[in-house]
Amino acid sequence: MIPASFDYFRPSTIEEAVDVLAGAGEEAKVLAGGHSLLPLLRLRLAYPTALVDVGRVAGLRGVSDRGDHVLIGATTTHDEVVRSPIVREHCPLVALATATVADPAVRHRGTFGGSLAHADPAGDLPAVALALDMVLEVRSPAGERAIPAAGFFLDYLESALAPGEILTGVRVPKLGPGWGFHYEKFHRTAQAWATVGVAAAVRQSNGTVEEVRVGLTNMGSTPVRATAVEEAARGVEAGQNGGLRRAAEQAAEGTDPPADLHAQPDYRMHLARVLTHRALLSASAHRSPAT
Amino acid sequence: MARISVEVDGIAYEDDVEPRLLLVHYLRDRLGKTGTPIGCDTTNCGACTVLLDGTSVKSCSVLAVQADGCDVTTIEGVSSDGEWHPVQKAFHEEHALQCGYCTPGMILASIDLLKDDPDPSEEAVRQGLEGNLCRCTGYCNIVRAVRRAAQEMRVTTP
Ligand SMILES: Cc1cc2nc3c(=O)[nH]c(=O)nc-3n(C[C@H](O)[C@H](O)[C@H](O)COP(=O)(O)OP(=O)(O)OC[C@H]3O[C@@H](n4cnc5c(N)ncnc54)[C@H](O)[C@@H]3O)c2cc1C
Ligand code: FES
Ligand code: FES
Repeated sequence: MIPASFDYFRPSTIEEAVDVLAGAGEEAKVLAGGHSLLPLLRLRLAYPTALVDVGRVAGLRGVSDRGDHVLIGATTTHDEVVRSPIVREHCPLVALATATVADPAVRHRGTFGGSLAHADPAGDLPAVALALDMVLEVRSPAGERAIPAAGFFLDYLESALAPGEILTGVRVPKLGPGWGFHYEKFHRTAQAWATVGVAAAVRQSNGTVEEVRVGLTNMGSTPVRATAVEEAARGVEAGQNGGLRRAAEQAAEGTDPPADLHAQPDYRMHLARVLTHRALLSASAHRSPAT
Repeated sequence: MARISVEVDGIAYEDDVEPRLLLVHYLRDRLGKTGTPIGCDTTNCGACTVLLDGTSVKSCSVLAVQADGCDVTTIEGVSSDGEWHPVQKAFHEEHALQCGYCTPGMILASIDLLKDDPDPSEEAVRQGLEGNLCRCTGYCNIVRAVRRAAQEMRVTTP
């Protein structure tokens, strides 16, 4: 279908973008890669009166090393994230999960910031943002603020971004040596969204698991941090026959997964447990060298 | 209305367009480039794939205004001097199409894939074309064609 009419603005600086968005009314929306928004407009599931295209705003795109964290600009495309040597070296979990997003053509357009701002619990990156305790940097006429991922995803497609706020970049803390990572995605076809996905980070030393981070995709109206698993895994023996399986049994704890054509809630809970076990095993096997 | 200037298949255009106009509709309805088909309403099928500044995109999910200042290549612009592109030739030789509906998108996605990986494994071709659906061939001949084109292109461009 053809989208309903809207006004279109394409600011070239962040100051201009903030001004234009503030002046464009309550029903205005930010447009980044458009790969969540345009499908919605085409199905006439959304009717913004104006789109503020941040795709060419200077300084919002690219990855930089900031010492204790990596800053990923909001309009950095999925493809650029996957190829970034900085991301691959310092936050491999982001690269692993982003590589599973959709297909190459979608990854050429869709952006890192757009994926988080869209706050889709079926998206692969929100769970990673939670697991890694990312911090989202935001600009508005009132100035700048930083929102921790734990307080960003409020409900289905609802984030903590207030009207008029633009996500400019995302801080990804570097976890340091001794960590291993894995993103386990279960989906029916290659380009499909996750039925359930599990983002896992494991730190171990001498065969003992010291710390675990687990984020779950599509297990509720927001991405979920599997804190019960994280607690249960601390101090267990790594490997096939160790305590990781028992820890993974807690993965569905406190979740409220959706029912849809792909899966019912009880099946999703089963998947969460099985996939979490796989993710923890892979993450502990792919440990980065403890330098 | 917004004014855009784009280069499509080597020819420069300037046009006034409604912001809601999709790039694929601009190509088909305004420029008459019907070589780019539309296969779905959900950004899934990849039939509408074109190259935007050299990388594959689904033109049904890009606004014409977002392509302002860019270079667009459609299936109608991949041959040169009356010679088929090696990927076109390989699709013909390997019988990589039946109804042909997915073919323009498949060929453009393949050209982008080969730019990145001049010698893709069968698995890499399947991964690289995961955003392009074919309802006829079962993909085997498509994969074969892309690998044949890769070989051809390595020979002709050392
Ligand atoms: C066929 C298909 C398959 C897909 N499969 C997957 C998948 O498997 N996994 C997955 O994670 N994703 C998937 N996606 C979604 C894809 O990752 C999108 O790119 C992403 O969700 C949104 O990014 P975008 O830049 O396109 O955002 P847009 O569509 O431009 O925007 C999305 C929302 O975020 C807001 N927004 C965007 N940027 C900003 C900003 N800087 N500041 C404030 N608000 C902003 C917009 O206003 C809008 O509400 C798929 C998409 C398609 C079309
Ligand atoms: S028409 Fe199906 S992806 Fe564009
Ligand atoms: S040849 Fe018919 S859809 Fe591919």
